[in-house]
Amino acid sequence: MAKTLYDKLFDSHVVHEENGAALIYIDRHLVHEVTSPQAFEGLRLANRKPWRVASIVATADHNTPTNGWDKGLAGIADPVARLQIETLTENIAEFGAKAYFPFMDARQGIVHVVGPEQGATLPGMTVVCGDSHTSTHGAFGALAHGIGTSEVEHVMATQCLVQKKSKAMQVLVEGQLGPMVTAKDVALAIIGKTGTAGGNGYAIEFAGSAIRGLSMEGRMTLCNMAIEAGARAGMVAVDDTTINYIKGRPYAPKADQWDAAVAYWRTLQSDAGAQFDLVVRLQAEDIKPQVTWGTSPEMVVAIDGRVPSLDLAKNAVQKADWERAYAYMGLQPNTPISEIRIDKVFIGSCTNSRIEDLRAAAAVAKGKRVAANVKLALVVPGSGLVKAQAEQEGLDKVFSEAGFEWRQPGCSMCLAMNADRLEAGERCASTSNRNFEGRQGQGGRTHLVSPAMAAAAAIAGHFVDVSHQ
Amino acid sequence: MQAFTQLNGLVAPLDRANVDTDAIIPKQFLKSIKRSGFGVNAFDEWRYLDHGEPGMDNSKRQINPDFVLNQARYQGASILLTRENFGCGSSREHAPWALEDFGFKVIIASSYADIFYNNCFKNGMLPIVLSADIVDSLFKQVAATPYYKLQVDLAAQTVSTPSGESFSFSVDAFRKHCLLNGLDDIGLTMQHQDKIKAFEARHQQAQPWLYN
Repeated sequence: MAKTLYDKLFDSHVVHEENGAALIYIDRHLVHEVTSPQAFEGLRLANRKPWRVASIVATADHNTPTNGWDKGLAGIADPVARLQIETLTENIAEFGAKAYFPFMDARQGIVHVVGPEQGATLPGMTVVCGDSHTSTHGAFGALAHGIGTSEVEHVMATQCLVQKKSKAMQVLVEGQLGPMVTAKDVALAIIGKTGTAGGNGYAIEFAGSAIRGLSMEGRMTLCNMAIEAGARAGMVAVDDTTINYIKGRPYAPKADQWDAAVAYWRTLQSDAGAQFDLVVRLQAEDIKPQVTWGTSPEMVVAIDGRVPSLDLAKNAVQKADWERAYAYMGLQPNTPISEIRIDKVFIGSCTNSRIEDLRAAAAVAKGKRVAANVKLALVVPGSGLVKAQAEQEGLDKVFSEAGFEWRQPGCSMCLAMNADRLEAGERCASTSNRNFEGRQGQGGRTHLVSPAMAAAAAIAGHFVDVSHQ
Repeated sequence: MQAFTQLNGLVAPLDRANVDTDAIIPKQFLKSIKRSGFGVNAFDEWRYLDHGEPGMDNSKRQINPDFVLNQARYQGASILLTRENFGCGSSREHAPWALEDFGFKVIIASSYADIFYNNCFKNGMLPIVLSADIVDSLFKQVAATPYYKLQVDLAAQTVSTPSGESFSFSVDAFRKHCLLNGLDDIGLTMQHQDKIKAFEARHQQAQPWLYN
């Protein structure tokens, strides 16, 4: 029977099946400081050891500061945050890992940037992490999803997870994306169509000519946002783009195993005639640069649109949701998106902090100045290696000369666990993934956009259509 | 893990769709390396008028009188009634930890985000899915009846109202079994260690590059 990519990935990892629940084997376990301490403590209390230390790749990212690195650990002003970062180092020292990139290591960064960059994420793998944006790694034709801390402990102890197979959704995007229309805009347009609950219970495969045309960075952005559509896992079939990206990376298969690996990886696509439980179609030419206006990623419109009015809400529950969102965001219905003025800009996060994202933002910022009403425009590279690459290309200078701040890598203002945050009432053009109430700081107002759109908003002081400049 | 069998509990209504885990437990409380003590900061930004940080004396903070869970009639509630896509966003298990520590053992909604739903079962909590129409009628009954209680029976898979109405819900057989008996997942999986080892040997032979 014709299989979907999801079927192939899931079925090839089943260890045991009972009562409709499968025990699936996990190949790669990514670990960071926030969701792991209680799991390590659980192992310690039960006198358990990790089943396969070589599956673990760890880094500190959520809590780490993006400046003041000259002071080392002492530069982390918050003692609770510092303890969590130190605890990760102690736990890795005690339990072990294949690779650990601690705070300030040259390769440290956001776990979902570091894994692929190191070749630690490979096609055909099952990848988990105590972080919902683990869906990112599905870009490599891997089955990747976020788990809770109890499951982090379970994977460490048993190398397995108890799973029920999800339904399969295919999101088909055919055609050619317009100039300056990016994977981020595709992701937001999809979520605008399906809603944030549309993918609940599904694993999504992104397919179609527009998806095949995306770089690995773009595919990672798209799969990263699968969770924002409600799907724990998003994935893209393996092709030359995938294989070329992996070749030569530190943890990629070496010469003697490379050909066998590639031969297997090339089978990682849905068979012709494979059946999906749901197919969603978008036409690439119809997708314009997107801007979220509310407090959920599904509250999104194109840059030439307006904040929707209540008569467009589909039911009473959504109406109440939108009314709360208008109030929280300080916006009136029917306001043109291009008239919304911003206070801060954040370019970074596991969604959009890779080299291609920084290049796109720098191309817009080059030779311009951040608008006077923008108090802070932050650029936070996804990893130390992305930062080094950007600096080699002179992007840091482009940003600095335009009035952006060039920072050290980490999750930063995506979730504002460190010192980078919005103050109450501040409005931000952000390349991150969530515009929830309080996400970037209590009372902060987040508008999700692509890196080019964020840079353009920084220059103009309000949202502008970067595809018409 | 604590077992869950039955509960006759006071119901608190949280009439919002898409309640995300950032709202359930804001990020600043995720810096803790412990698993307990999150209840006082559940819904922190909605529940208090001032900004909360870890280590604060929460008894001295300004309570938001408009937030539903602060109302006298809902004190001691163990069942949270809410709307669709509850627990969306971040995978933080601190969200069910906070809800459980606050006192909730059961959540009733028309749908949940997958990761949150799964995390509840790991903590002896039962997330129940009822249709949007039934959820809507329960919201009306809670509003009309002070100290409204529901009877939840996991073995029978039913939610019963004071007037004698009964709604059945579905739950996976494996999750039900673990919850009814308070079983530790890791212990159960370890019973299959021979199978895991056999799988690993086959897997390594087929894809040796995964074992470098």
